[in-house]
Amino acid sequence: MEKTFTCIECPLGCTITAKREKDELLISGNTCPKGKAYVEAEMTEPKRILTTTVKLKNGNMLPVKTDKAIKKENLFLAMKKISLLCFSSPIKIGDILVENFLDGANLIATDNAF
Amino acid sequence: MIKYDLVIIGGGPAGLASAISAYDSGTKNILIIEREDKLGGILKQCIHNGFGLTRFKESLTGPEYAYRFIKEVEKRKIDYKLNTTVLSLTKSKTITAINGDGIVKIKAKAIIISTGARERSRGALNIAGSRPAGIFSAGTAQKFANIKGYLVGKKVVILGSGDIGLIMARRLTLEGASVLAVAEIMPYSSGLKRNIAQCLNDFNIPLYLNHTISKIEGKDRVTAVEISQVDSNKNVIKDTAIKIPCDTVLFSVGLIPENELLDKTGIEMSPKTKGAIVFQNRETSVDGIFACGNCLQIHDLVDFVSEESELAGISATDYINNKHKEKDVIEVAQNENLAYVLPQKINKNIKGDIKFYFRVKNEFRNCLIEASSNGVVYFSKKKPVCTPGEMESITLPFDKIANLVDKIKISLYAK
Ligand SMILES: Cc1cc2nc3c(=O)[nH]c(=O)nc-3n(C[C@H](O)[C@H](O)[C@H](O)COP(=O)(O)OP(=O)(O)OC[C@H]3O[C@@H](n4cnc5c(N)ncnc54)[C@H](O)[C@@H]3O)c2cc1C
Ligand code: SF4
Repeated sequence: MEKTFTCIECPLGCTITAKREKDELLISGNTCPKGKAYVEAEMTEPKRILTTTVKLKNGNMLPVKTDKAIKKENLFLAMKKISLLCFSSPIKIGDILVENFLDGANLIATDNAF
Repeated sequence: MIKYDLVIIGGGPAGLASAISAYDSGTKNILIIEREDKLGGILKQCIHNGFGLTRFKESLTGPEYAYRFIKEVEKRKIDYKLNTTVLSLTKSKTITAINGDGIVKIKAKAIIISTGARERSRGALNIAGSRPAGIFSAGTAQKFANIKGYLVGKKVVILGSGDIGLIMARRLTLEGASVLAVAEIMPYSSGLKRNIAQCLNDFNIPLYLNHTISKIEGKDRVTAVEISQVDSNKNVIKDTAIKIPCDTVLFSVGLIPENELLDKTGIEMSPKTKGAIVFQNRETSVDGIFACGNCLQIHDLVDFVSEESELAGISATDYINNKHKEKDVIEVAQNENLAYVLPQKINKNIKGDIKFYFRVKNEFRNCLIEASSNGVVYFSKKKPVCTPGEMESITLPFDKIANLVDKIKISLYAK
C-alpha cells in the first residue's frame, strides 16, 4: 500500500510517499528529517498545533496557541473548551493561560493584552 | 514643522525591520508613522503559525513574529506615532499626516515607504447577480474573527485559493462554520501546498480547480451561489453550474500593493508589480526615498519582507550620511515566462551580491533559470517546479556585476 502526504512542517511543502513493504515503512520524497517524522506521525497519530483566540473580560480577543501539537481528532474538543474560557488582562505574550490544557500541551498567549 | 532624519511610513513588519536596521547602521533620529492603534501591520490579525521558519528557525504566529521586532524598536527607543495617517508626500521629502491633534507636517532627510498591500476587491470581478449582504474579502473576515471575535457566517463558499482564503477556511471551520467549497479559476492553487493540506484536506473541504462563482443569489443576504467550470481562457463553460446554498461568500483573489501616496511624487512605478521601480538597495527613482515590503512586491513569506526591509534601512543610513553612490545604471530585463523581476535596476557602484526576486506566469516544470548579459550567461540554476503562487529568487555574485554592460536579463526556460 502506498500513500502520499504533503509535509506541513515548512513552506516547501514536499510531497512524501510512504510505502509498507513487509514489516518496513519506506518513506521517500522528504527533503529533510522533519518530513520523515511528520509522515510517521500521520500514519499513527496525526497531531496539530491549534491557534485560535480567547475572550477577555474587557471584551477584546486575545490570540492563543497550544505550545505543543495536540491530537488532530481533539481540535474541535479543544475549541469547545476554549470557548468557555474568559481571562482578565494584563497578560504577557508567552504567559501560560491553562496548564496541561490537552494532550500534554499548555495553552499560551501569543500577544500582549494591557 | 517637525524634522527627522528618517521617516518610515507604515509600522508593519517592513517598517519595523527597516527602522531597526537603519538604527543599527547609525541613524538614530527615526520616526515610524502608523495609521492603526498598534504596530505590527497585517500580522496582528494573522494568528496562525508558520511565520519565521527561515529567520528564527521556529514556527511563530503573526503577533509573535511582529512582537520580536516591536520589542527591538522599543529597546532602541525609536519614536513612533500611532493613529496617524500619512496623507501626502513630496519629492522634497515633506510629509503631511493627520491624527487626533490635526494636521502635522514633517520634513525628513530620507523616507522609507512600507505601506503594505490591500486585498483586491470583488468590484474588479464580474459576477452576475445582486449584491446582498454576506460578501466579504477573506482578510476582512480574518479581522472580524481574530480581532473582533465575530464570525461572518455559518455556511461559506470561498472564491480563490490564495493563502488568506485557505487560512480562513480552517479558521471558520474550527469556529463552527461549514466551508462548503473553495473555487479556483486557475488549474492550480496560488496558495502554499502546506495550506492546502492543513487547511482544506484536514477538514475535507473540497477545492474545485478550473472553477469560478458564476452567480450569487439572495436579496438581503446571500442564499446560494452557482459555481461553474471554466475553459482554458477562463470563460464559464455552459451547463456546468452547480448550485450551493450558503449565507456567506469570501473572496481571496490576491493582494495589490498600496501606493496611492506615491501618485503625485513622480516616483517611477512598475506596471508589473504595481509598486515603485527600485535599485538593488530598494531606492526608488527619487534619491533618498526607499520602498520595501508588500507595497513594493507581494511577498508570500514575511521572513523575506524583513530581509528586504533591512536592506532599505541600511541604504537610508548611507543616504543620510552622504555615502550615497553615483548612479551607473544597468537595466534588468526578463523573458516572457516571468511576471516580474525585482530589482528593476542595478547601480553598479553599490557593492554586494544581488538577489533578484521574481514570479513566473504559469506553472513550469524542469526549469532552468539564467542571468545573462549580451548572450553571455553569468549565473544559472535549476528548479524542478516553479508556480505563480511562490516567489522565487536567484542571487548573482557581485564580482559578475562588474563585467556587465548595458542590460542584464533574467530568463526562465522549461524543458
Ligand atoms: C488580509 C491579509 C492577510 C494576510 N495573511 C498572511 C498570512 O496569513 N501569512 C503570510 O505569510 N502573509 C500574509 N499576508 C501577507 C503579509 O501582509 C506580509 O507578509 C507582511 O505583513 C507584509 O508586511 P508589510 O509591512 O509590507 O505590510 P503590512 O503588514 O500590510 O503593513 C503595512 C502598514 O502600513 C500602514 N499604513 C499603510 N498606509 C499608511 C498611511 N498612509 N499612513 C500610515 N500608515 C499606513 C498599515 O496600517 C499597516 O500597519 C496577509 C496580507 C493581508 C493583506
Ligand atoms: S520535508 Fe523538510 S523541507 Fe520538505 S516540507 Fe517537510 S520540513 Fe520542509
